[in-house]
Amino acid sequence: MNKLRRFIIPLFLVLVGFSAVVRPGFAALTIDITQGIDGALPVAVVPFKWLGTGPTQGSKTEAPENIGAIVASDLRRSGRFAPVPENDLVGRPSHGSEVNYAAWRALGVDNLIVGHVKPLVDGTYEVQFQLLDMFKAEQLAGYKILSRRSNLRRTAHQISDLIYKALMGVNGAFDTNICYVTVTHNRQKEKVYRLAIADSDGYNEKVILETKSPLLSPSWSPNGLQLAYVSYSRGRPEIYVQSILTGQAKRVASFAGINGAPAWSPDGKSLALTLSKDGNAEIYIQNLARGTTQRVTRNSAIDTEPAWLPDGSAIIFTSDRGNGPQLYQVEVDSQGARGRPQRLTFEGGYNARASISPDGKFVAMVHRIEGDFRIAVLERESGYLRVLTESRLDESPSFAPNGSMIIYATEYNNRGVLSAVSVDGRARQRLQLSEGDVREPAWSHFKQK
Amino acid sequence: MNKWLSIVLLASMFGIMAGCSSTTKEDTTAQPETSSANTDTTSGADVGSTGNATEMANGQADALSKRVIYFEFDSSDVTSEARDIISAHAQNLSQNSRLSLVLEGHADERGTREYNIALGERRAKAVKQLLVVQGVQASQIQVISFGEERPAAVGHDESAWSLNRRVELLYSGS
Repeated sequence: MNKLRRFIIPLFLVLVGFSAVVRPGFAALTIDITQGIDGALPVAVVPFKWLGTGPTQGSKTEAPENIGAIVASDLRRSGRFAPVPENDLVGRPSHGSEVNYAAWRALGVDNLIVGHVKPLVDGTYEVQFQLLDMFKAEQLAGYKILSRRSNLRRTAHQISDLIYKALMGVNGAFDTNICYVTVTHNRQKEKVYRLAIADSDGYNEKVILETKSPLLSPSWSPNGLQLAYVSYSRGRPEIYVQSILTGQAKRVASFAGINGAPAWSPDGKSLALTLSKDGNAEIYIQNLARGTTQRVTRNSAIDTEPAWLPDGSAIIFTSDRGNGPQLYQVEVDSQGARGRPQRLTFEGGYNARASISPDGKFVAMVHRIEGDFRIAVLERESGYLRVLTESRLDESPSFAPNGSMIIYATEYNNRGVLSAVSVDGRARQRLQLSEGDVREPAWSHFKQK
Repeated sequence: MNKWLSIVLLASMFGIMAGCSSTTKEDTTAQPETSSANTDTTSGADVGSTGNATEMANGQADALSKRVIYFEFDSSDVTSEARDIISAHAQNLSQNSRLSLVLEGHADERGTREYNIALGERRAKAVKQLLVVQGVQASQIQVISFGEERPAAVGHDESAWSLNRRVELLYSGS
């Protein structure tokens, strides 16, 4: 048994407490990997060689971002890879031609990532990397990417995506964003709610809204440029759509009663939402350009928390028309509902707040089991329900755009924290603020290239 | 009548005499969130602008001093004890048509936020329904649900949750 196996097994068994944060000042959220996967792919990421020429050109003697470290932490967070600790590396090659394949094989590494960062005279940077297979002694992927200083972290995430795609066969979700709501107290002991967006690793947090009223249910527009959310800033729940770039917000639903649970349709033209203007909580579809609403459900029970199937053909929602909240599916078109809602969940007395995987095959939800509220995933075709978490107050699941992970809110040490779990339940990580609560996460779609 | 209740009743009587002109929403929702119990009365609030305390039967004054109705988990069923409280308020409101009432529906933190907003609304509407059938004008009542967003007690156990599954009756006289 080699050194690497000894590393992987404890990673699987216990909390490792890896802090992915290199410079805490940059991240409002810190990430701890609380559970890795047994059998994660052993890889090594060599720190990218800095090809700066030093003080004579006025440039720094080290790279502005540690690309290799960002890539390694991305891969580790996915739960699919077990990067070798930097101290254990058996060389510092920056190009495939410099690699001693036998030495890396002896370390137990299947794949090696090498590269360099080079400042160019116009102030931009050239980032080059190669993904190498240690057994076939060949290159699996190799790219040269031009970047700007402010964009180097993103470039690193794009490299992680390319590596993930080459090794896993599906797109990575590293170059994506998350949004969430934070709650802290100001000096007057009042609650302060903030709607923030950040990179998928918690870096580059940008607060787009700050208010002293409850804020919840953010939903990304498919193009990633807007968020819909619910705000109590005028004393009752109303729905707003806000541009991320300009910060401009528009109130789109303020009917009498509840205006809640906005969910952007896959074509970006409508919001599914919950209104109680006609008596009790029902699902509606609002055309954003025309401002018209179409009623979808008609029932004396609570109907809320709509989520769209990826093709926009149906909505899955929470209803307690049976006994207690359960998930139902109803087909929709521009006229509203087509046909009667069909019940989807039958296990347990509380199944709510669906998030649908990008391929439409899985539905994540909040599921009560033995009095605890946990994240579970339903395989739609088989009806098989798998409980993914072991905590007791989980809520707001949201799929990563590649379907690999689900981010959700939970409680840890009396604090609201975010957690992410792989769809098979095997890899887990926790994101938390240095103070206060963080909740209501929503993972963005893929960025438009 | 126990001592605590007497104090609450006195406070509330004082409120009747002292707070006649108040039109602002009472500060129930802005109370600091501590794990100490939020009793089922709110002190310092005015019961009604035209209330004549001396004519009020003791039992009714008791009931009227209670401004919070509690519920079971995921339920909007009103208990028989709560019905007595609601009846006292129904009488007060129907006799004083210039009074208006905000019913704030709340839920405990368990389960999902948007479902809890709908549940809080259903609780508040259950209380509203009981008021209306006893002669209160629907126009006197406004319903707002906060779901789990404004807990009365913090904490992640039943002692806090039971205080958070509630409808608060907030008067504003005119």
